[in-house]
Amino acid sequence: MSIDLAHFTPYSSLAGGALIGVAASVLILGIGRILGAAGIFARALETRDASGFWRLWLIAGLLAAPAIAHFAWGAVAPAVSSPAVMLMVAGLLVGFGARLGSGCTSGHGVCGIARLSPRSLVATPVFMATGFATVFLVRHVLS
Amino acid sequence: MSRNLIALAAGLIFGLGLCLSGMCDPSKVHGFLDLAGAWDPSLAFVMGGAITVAAPAFAFARKRCVAATGEPLSLPKRRDIDAPLLLGAAIFGIGWGLGGICPGPGIVDVGFLSSGAAIFVAAMALGALIYCALDLRLRSPRALTQDA
Repeated sequence: MSIDLAHFTPYSSLAGGALIGVAASVLILGIGRILGAAGIFARALETRDASGFWRLWLIAGLLAAPAIAHFAWGAVAPAVSSPAVMLMVAGLLVGFGARLGSGCTSGHGVCGIARLSPRSLVATPVFMATGFATVFLVRHVLS
Repeated sequence: MSRNLIALAAGLIFGLGLCLSGMCDPSKVHGFLDLAGAWDPSLAFVMGGAITVAAPAFAFARKRCVAATGEPLSLPKRRDIDAPLLLGAAIFGIGWGLGGICPGPGIVDVGFLSSGAAIFVAAMALGALIYCALDLRLRSPRALTQDA
């Protein structure tokens, strides 16, 4: 292993992380809900009554953020350049896995760990491990 | 009304945090997940920053028991480690590794008008719906309300 110092961004990543923590705090203290993107997204798909509309508003906030980030500090669209088939398979696995496993990077990795949920303390290392293994296979074994 | 505005504010702050953090850039995520190559540890700082800020908020919320709107906290109560948790997390990680995108950043990247992200998010919706269809078939209705 070597550290990639050319791309290392400890300050902006820490600040961005802190903002994510603020968002999770706003949601739990404000309306008593966990900031889990996969769960909010999946349930928003099933929203039928007004009590679930908050999920659509939260997603609207996520969709509007890039425009604000662009004007605030010149954020530009990152390159999502994997082949379409790869993105489809990745999306299917992420969508299905997050529901089966009751959480994603934000639900388990941030909120679950922050509240010391035993399920999240197990799920987070598991998805990180399979993430590391997948990238290892794709980058160093298969290619 | 205020409930929806609080959610909108949380979504905006979450989205800005994701933009700033590097989580929305698949190459950044792959750099973090590639331990054997030139490793970029930045995303560990994202998690560290987020947890450091959120942990006291969760502790405080739990002490208060109710949210600002007066409604009770909706926290998952399960503590058991079961096969669906492990299998689901494992599958999620494989998808995250393949695409370099997880759910929140995928939605934010759609906001950046990325067509690749739109494909990812559409597939993610399909994956969630497939889970829902299987789950309705396999599990009792009571179990449906238990996860986050």
